[in-house]
Amino acid sequence: MSKVHVSTTINGDAVEYLCAAEETLLDVLRDRLGLTGSKEGCGTGDCGACSVTLDGRLVCSCLVLGAEAEGRQVRTVEGIAKGDQLHPLQRKFIEHAALQCGVCTPGFLVASKALLEKNPNPTEHEIRFWLAGNLCRCTGYDKIVRAVVSAAAEMRESR
Amino acid sequence: MVQVVLWGSLKSATGGATKVEVEAANIRELLSRLGEKHPGLKPQLDRGVSVSIDGKIYRDAWFQPIPPGSEVFLLPRLAGG
Amino acid sequence: MPLDNPKGQSFRLVGSRPNRPDGIDKVTGRAKFGADMSAPGMLVGRLLRSPHAHARIRSIDIKKALALPGVKAIVTRDDFKEIEGDLRDVSRNVMARDKALYDGHAVAAVAAIDTATARKALKLIKVDYEILPHVTDVEEAMKPGAPVLHSDLFTQGVEPTPKKPSNIAKRHEFGHGDVAKGFAEADVVVERKFKSEATHQGYIEPHACLASVGNDGQGELWVCTQGHYAVRNVCASLLGMDVSKLRVTASEIGGGFGGKTTVFIEPVALALSRKAGKPVKIVMSREEVFRASGPTSSATVWVKIGAKKDGRITAGDAVLKYQGGAFPGSPVDMGAMSAFACYDLENVRAVGWDVVVNRPKQAAYRAPGAPISAFGVECVIDELAQKIGMDPVELRLKNAAREGTESSYGPTYGVIGLRATIEAAKAHPHYKAPLGPNQGRGVATGFWFNFGGQTCVSLNINIDGTVALAVGTPDIGGSRASMCLMAAEELGIGYEQVRTIVADTSSLGYNDISEGSRVTFSTGMATIQAARDAVKKLCGRAAQMWGISPDAVLWENGHAKPAGANAGDFPPLSLADIAKVAANTGGPIAGHCEVNAEGAGVSFSTHLCDVEIDPETGFTRVVRYTVIQDAGKAIHPSYVEGQYQGGAVQGIGWALNEEYIYGADGRLQNPGFLDYRIPVASDLPMIDTVIVEVPNPGHPYGLRGVGETSIVPPLAAVANAVSAAAKVRMMEIPMSPPKILKAMGEAPRR
Repeated sequence: MSKVHVSTTINGDAVEYLCAAEETLLDVLRDRLGLTGSKEGCGTGDCGACSVTLDGRLVCSCLVLGAEAEGRQVRTVEGIAKGDQLHPLQRKFIEHAALQCGVCTPGFLVASKALLEKNPNPTEHEIRFWLAGNLCRCTGYDKIVRAVVSAAAEMRESR
Repeated sequence: MVQVVLWGSLKSATGGATKVEVEAANIRELLSRLGEKHPGLKPQLDRGVSVSIDGKIYRDAWFQPIPPGSEVFLLPRLAGG
Repeated sequence: MPLDNPKGQSFRLVGSRPNRPDGIDKVTGRAKFGADMSAPGMLVGRLLRSPHAHARIRSIDIKKALALPGVKAIVTRDDFKEIEGDLRDVSRNVMARDKALYDGHAVAAVAAIDTATARKALKLIKVDYEILPHVTDVEEAMKPGAPVLHSDLFTQGVEPTPKKPSNIAKRHEFGHGDVAKGFAEADVVVERKFKSEATHQGYIEPHACLASVGNDGQGELWVCTQGHYAVRNVCASLLGMDVSKLRVTASEIGGGFGGKTTVFIEPVALALSRKAGKPVKIVMSREEVFRASGPTSSATVWVKIGAKKDGRITAGDAVLKYQGGAFPGSPVDMGAMSAFACYDLENVRAVGWDVVVNRPKQAAYRAPGAPISAFGVECVIDELAQKIGMDPVELRLKNAAREGTESSYGPTYGVIGLRATIEAAKAHPHYKAPLGPNQGRGVATGFWFNFGGQTCVSLNINIDGTVALAVGTPDIGGSRASMCLMAAEELGIGYEQVRTIVADTSSLGYNDISEGSRVTFSTGMATIQAARDAVKKLCGRAAQMWGISPDAVLWENGHAKPAGANAGDFPPLSLADIAKVAANTGGPIAGHCEVNAEGAGVSFSTHLCDVEIDPETGFTRVVRYTVIQDAGKAIHPSYVEGQYQGGAVQGIGWALNEEYIYGADGRLQNPGFLDYRIPVASDLPMIDTVIVEVPNPGHPYGLRGVGETSIVPPLAAVANAVSAAAKVRMMEIPMSPPKILKAMGEAPRR
């Protein structure tokens, strides 16, 4: 079976690839493009470890086909920092010890960034419900929520 | 002489005794002598045991000395997660 | 190594909260986990798994599969030698031999050029199964007439040894005194039977590895694991390789909690690679993780406790029945040993039955065995308090184990921190906070042994005075930060100047698995010792440079200094000064430690939990949670808090939602995160933590392991809270909404 040719933009860069019709965007990112920051925790859209944004919308890349990225803007964890400047969320996650094993962290960063872009001043309740699609087994979420609150505050101040 | 306390299910190998006495200066001698004195214990000893000396648990240390008068317990081989 | 300063310690760095050294990699996606590695020419490996809970495997026909273009190798039981001894069960679990013993048991594996081909190949493998009756429930498996899994399993620990095989592998008994006498003396007795379902560690990263075996028989393995040395040893045995021929590198690990302390796919990947002559990567799907890695036991727990009117407990008795999956070895022994470990009892007994059933072989799960037995005991203690009319915290204080108590598992306790945690709970604002409608509060205590073990570290001084520390214990909770803190503390240099890496099996001596809350304790102790070894050598070099005796040199604030005015008037030499000229003074400077670390201190935890139940739906929310635990000495408090919070939340999930559901056909019904429901952010409040520090006399800094104790109290803390809110005693977990509604509907109101 012949492959699908896809032209897309990933983290601001023009990218082209060939993929099988049934291949997920997650598989393309990890296995074809070497962007292993997005993780497969379940393959069924339940854990959020594969979170990316597609034209600004938060999605599970394991539920998006590689072919669906055609002409769209994909943003992954690898695109959150600007050169050597970490995003406030990244800094706060480290400062607040909001990661232990770190495998869920890329998904949480992508999801939190999407939240703060929509809602720069979320309450703890809003943060918890927005992040309910990202599973973490190590932290119990406490320090993750605190890191997001702290990053949001810093980002509001620097506006 | 060292007095060793065995966990309850090992009684069947010692004729009902949970407290056994053997001559041993370290853990290796202890396990060796226990096996000689009560051959029924050997399968468990071979499978692995932990030894507690005065409250400290040792999992592998053959030459850990057993000071006279210490409280010694034979425990199952313990592991965590 | 004993406590440095029994009178009190003061630290320059230990106890602070610097950023962890691997943080940047993990927030940028740069960190490499098990599935993130590739190799040129790599093949995809996939396993064929039994769809039957119990079946004899008559034959496996791989001809058609092997002929499929793109398939490079297939392995079955024929490719693995029969092994006796310690590894017999592990090898039979990795690849079924004469029987498939659970839904998901591996029966064959394929290596192909891509996933699609591998999948097609699996479908072409013809397995002739003779389906057998199965059993998945622990008590059903113990009944005479139950389908027997192993014709050579005869119950140990009973007199006389049975002549017929059964599913009962072993009986354990622990305790001391005379429980019958104790109960006779009691004024109040509470007796209850509890049931808990099997749960999974739930790590977000599935098992993954990349194996590469050359035709000279030398192999490399990249794997997410808690113990790469153990993986090396086991894989070498299963493959008939010398240990030295296999080099294992531990990737970053996306959670383990005990579930990654053994092997599942690794020997298979190596065997496929050896056959195919190419690297083979195997990544488990989430479904495979649930069906075929190592969940913990489902169990029944019977507990009886008697006390006098004034609250003094006179006897405690428990019978635990745990299933360990298809092979013997459930943690019922540790469950039985730890059940009453928080109490100072004259008469105590705990009997444990280890049972096999047609389920995946269990693996360790954070304080294996202890949460389940503590669930039963702590719920009965709660009920006892109510019957006596005593505050549950006061009842625990009255009977709390202390220094000098004969523990329920035998040895006498040294210095322990249980009382301190209970008193801290009593004094905590959570304990007195008012409760709202449909809310209830529960308290529970818990214990874990904590362990030491074989550990090696190599501490190398770099030319610029910075330090490279190589350890051999995979970092599962942030331990690299703690090692940097301890090395910097000892050397008198800055935290930033130490870089800690986890070395592969060829670069450093043997290290036991990262389990049993042993890493900060053991690798920390080894790091401290290696640093002190390096300091001695540094002082020796300074002595040479000054032309004085090494005894006349001391190390202070990262500098070698003459020990006194008599030694000479030399300006201090910094670590960097000495390192710069190392080549001239004798060569590279390093400190080493190879040790079997002993002296681990037990730890205790007290938890407070408030829940709110919706009486219409049974939906239950934890509204407030506090973990109070003794850490001995918190090296990096943020990561200690993280362990407290993480363990508590796993326990909350275990208590409220998580369970393995098997159908009548013996197949797992919910092998995914949708229906195996772990807590999500919106389920929980902030988890408050209090770090109590009662130093462990067996460690230079007094530290105690912290990783596991925090999962022991929550099952009962939550159950006691739910029982209070629902006004009916809950005896089965998980307490999912339908179960709570049923219990509330059926029971007479108290």
